[in-house]
Amino acid sequence: MPDLTTNCAGITSPNPFWLASAPPANSGEQVQRAFDAGWGGAVWKTLGQPIQNVSSRFGGLHYQGTRAIGFNNIELITDRPLEVNFREIYETKKKFPKHAVVVSLMVETREEWKEIIQRAVDTGADGLELNFGCPHGMCERGMGSAVGQEPKVNERITSWAVEFSTIPVLVKLTPNVSDIVPHGLAAKRGGAHGVSLINTIKSIIAVDIDRFVPEPRVGNLSTNGGYCGPAVKPIALHMVAALARTPEFGLPISGIGGISNWRDAVEFMLLGSSSVQVCTEVMLRGYRVVEDMLEGLEEYMRTHGFAKLSDLVGKAVPAYSEWGDLDLNYETVARIDAQKCIGCQLCVVACQDGAHQCIHADPHGTAVGPAGARVPRVDDAECVGCNLCQIVCPVPGCIQMAEVDNGFAAATWNQHVGEGAKIRPKKGVH
Amino acid sequence: MSKSVTDDRTETAFQDFKHAYSPEQAVVEANRCLFCSDAPCMQACPTHIDVPQFIRKIATGNLRGSARTIFEANILGMSCARVCPVETLCVGACVCNTLGVPPIQIGKLQRHATDRAFEAGTRFFEAGPPSGKSVGLVGGGPASLAAAHELRRHGHACTIYEKRSVLGGLNTTGIAPYKMRADRSALEADWVLAIGGIEVRTGVEVGAAPTLAELERAHDAVFVGVGLGPDTALRVPGEDLGGVHGAVAFIERLKLGRVALAGVRRALVVGGGNTALDGVRELLGLGVPEVTLVYRGKEAKMPGYRHEWSAAKQEGARALFQHLPVAFEGAGKVERARLVRMDDQKKPIAGTEHTVEADLVLVAIGQSTLGGLLGALAGIRIADGCVAIDADGFTGRKGWYAGGDCANGGKEVVNAAAEGKAAALAIHRYLTGGAHA
Ligand SMILES: Cc1cc2nc3c(=O)[nH]c(=O)nc-3n(C[C@H](O)[C@H](O)[C@H](O)COP(=O)(O)OP(=O)(O)OC[C@H]3O[C@@H](n4cnc5c(N)ncnc54)[C@H](O)[C@@H]3O)c2cc1C
Ligand SMILES: Cc1cc2nc3c(=O)[nH]c(=O)nc-3n(C[C@H](O)[C@H](O)[C@H](O)COP(=O)(O)O)c2cc1C
Ligand code: SF4
Ligand code: SF4
Repeated sequence: MPDLTTNCAGITSPNPFWLASAPPANSGEQVQRAFDAGWGGAVWKTLGQPIQNVSSRFGGLHYQGTRAIGFNNIELITDRPLEVNFREIYETKKKFPKHAVVVSLMVETREEWKEIIQRAVDTGADGLELNFGCPHGMCERGMGSAVGQEPKVNERITSWAVEFSTIPVLVKLTPNVSDIVPHGLAAKRGGAHGVSLINTIKSIIAVDIDRFVPEPRVGNLSTNGGYCGPAVKPIALHMVAALARTPEFGLPISGIGGISNWRDAVEFMLLGSSSVQVCTEVMLRGYRVVEDMLEGLEEYMRTHGFAKLSDLVGKAVPAYSEWGDLDLNYETVARIDAQKCIGCQLCVVACQDGAHQCIHADPHGTAVGPAGARVPRVDDAECVGCNLCQIVCPVPGCIQMAEVDNGFAAATWNQHVGEGAKIRPKKGVH
Repeated sequence: MSKSVTDDRTETAFQDFKHAYSPEQAVVEANRCLFCSDAPCMQACPTHIDVPQFIRKIATGNLRGSARTIFEANILGMSCARVCPVETLCVGACVCNTLGVPPIQIGKLQRHATDRAFEAGTRFFEAGPPSGKSVGLVGGGPASLAAAHELRRHGHACTIYEKRSVLGGLNTTGIAPYKMRADRSALEADWVLAIGGIEVRTGVEVGAAPTLAELERAHDAVFVGVGLGPDTALRVPGEDLGGVHGAVAFIERLKLGRVALAGVRRALVVGGGNTALDGVRELLGLGVPEVTLVYRGKEAKMPGYRHEWSAAKQEGARALFQHLPVAFEGAGKVERARLVRMDDQKKPIAGTEHTVEADLVLVAIGQSTLGGLLGALAGIRIADGCVAIDADGFTGRKGWYAGGDCANGGKEVVNAAAEGKAAALAIHRYLTGGAHA
């Protein structure tokens, strides 16, 4: 049985699945139920001066019948009294000594940070998370992403927190920046023990086209909110990986953003996350989703021969490279498995209109399969190996990208301009 | 290992009525599931399999976890996936029906997950540390298999006494072959036994040898899962003619060996329950040109499942509703049935007797009960031929529990599995000083 024991910046938990700081981690009753369901840790809903929320506060991006592939919110930090939160954190930690309980914080002044950190540490919590990420409401008050977007402010506040805290400090980064790396480095300079990312992305989720008001609608007005859920995963993966591959960074990462199942979690870990946090999937489907996450991760580790999490954390980071170091002579062409093809010809239209006009309907062709004369033909000489057809094909494994031996030795763009390495003739250029 | 069935069986002529999913089909269907909370499908399942959870795991590619979720609730989940009347259970309860879109094909998805686990030889459960206690299980059908497996998880030694040579009960000898063939049920029995520590004594009829008293002395607790008895007879003249069979007995022969149907042209199946409907579809499937259901009530009042009868009709079944056989006639072998028409109160209408030609008759009007077996034991109550039990399967006599058809009067495999497991948990509490001690 693979060992799922997790250590992220000195914060330990029985498994890497933590609730992100958000409504599912709002209260002791909830967090304890989540731990019973299998969650390994929880980052408490951000504490600060309790606020007043609006209604409505959430919006969903629905796509082709699937509800909420993206999600957004305009809620703020906790609206519950601090003493109630602290008491419940204390009780939760008492009941679940092995689980990770991390307290998320957001206040303004040095004095406020000092006081709230003292109280948070006194609960027996395992770590702090500084919310420098919230892109709405709080940033207008000089907190949240207003801090996360300014490396100097980030560094300063982080250094206060590290000074006042006796437990590990994670800095939660905002994705609302053009390059995440300087912000991760600022947290590092401030003395953070690790970072968590991403928080939500500035967004307008939809517009009510009859009322002429964006969503979520609060009376006759709306405001920009924070975007999250499955749709943000690629952005989050990139930001996690960008930090993980920066040699001078080197801090542990708690990965967040669109994690819905064990596969997503594995991807975050392969790109350098030593724990993962989940908000939207739990909001939509409940704590019970962790059962499949745990089993799926375990089974993945078993089948890949990973005994412990550190065997896989960061394993795909070295393969994240610069464009200039990719092999220009590596050539693939699309291969259609006529036995699997259902004859929808989505690949044909995609290639004709969206790629390089090299997949053709082939009514008189020789392909033999259930789709008969509707199996398309790929013109190998023209196929640029772009992958578009494989992406649209509805049948798993039907289109494979086959490697072609073109006789050229590997050569990157950098080698080509630097050393004149020979590159193959372009395909599909007329 | 249970003794497996021979390859030379009439039933091997059948293909699956509901085909297996390809991996692609399974994932597409799984992604349709809404992942309901406190799901109606889960409530509708007598073993309360966490259906949304196992379906989600198919969607994420966690097939092993999916199978684990199923077997955790129902160790006979592989055969139940095939034989359950899902249309009236989980699938019938799916909220998609209310939404007006096709309900999720839970049975097929369950088959997909459990078949993979069988193929991969994945085992999920281990026997508990030996408790030093032993339990005797009478009958080797679904109820006893489910009970024995659960008892082994708690470390109690088990002995199954089965009068037939094969395990699985009616799951092996009775299921319509287009749902599941006998070898699959026998394979499942072996899979259950592989938890270890279950001694199987086939060819042993409890009551005769060992006696009930001997059984009680030999074990710390007893579970009775003897199912139902032989086919009920019509008690009409000519029922002993060649070609007139009890349906369950006939089905057992076609499942475990061969039945001769060459030359049979007109078959009658008497009854309106699910065994009758199975009999009709089996004879049609085996090529009998004309198969007629003879039922004493109206079509709308038939106790058999709607979906089974519509399938039978599509396959060419004929029917004589509000008819009852009063005699079978023929020279040594049945040639005709004498029928009488019935009124709306199911009473014969005088002067309506007539004959129809028939060279094969299956009588499917019910099975007798075996509760009488226990009638002699003080503390055990027999009601309508069934062993009376409480929600734990407890009979009222210290250490004696029962479940499955012999207690519920004849339901489904999944009920037997649920009742066997519930009784096993109660036996465990009893053996460890809890309830009924
Ligand atoms: C024709 C037919 C078709 C069916 N089709 C379906 C279906 O499609 N789906 C479904 O879910 N259910 C179906 N059922 C019902 C289902 O098979 C039963 O509900 C289920 O098998 C009951 O399990 P059980 O363990 O209680 O009893 P059984 O399966 O009857 O097993 C009892 C076992 O006890 C043995 N036994 C009896 N007396 C003794 C004794 N004195 N000593 C030792 N052993 C003894 C018997 O030989 C038998 O093996 C069908 C039933 C019939 C008759
Ligand atoms: C309704 C809602 C409230 C949130 N509140 C907070 C918060 O108080 N503090 C915080 O650090 N992040 C908050 N977040 C951001 C999440 O913790 C998380 O970073 C983000 O949603 C991305 O993860 P996901 O895609 O799994 O939802 C909130 C998100 C949502 C949807
Ligand atoms: S989810 Fe619950 S709290 Fe939210 S709007 Fe619906 S009913 Fe109200
Ligand atoms: S998209 Fe796939 S299935 Fe459809 S025609 Fe092309 S190869 Fe065949």
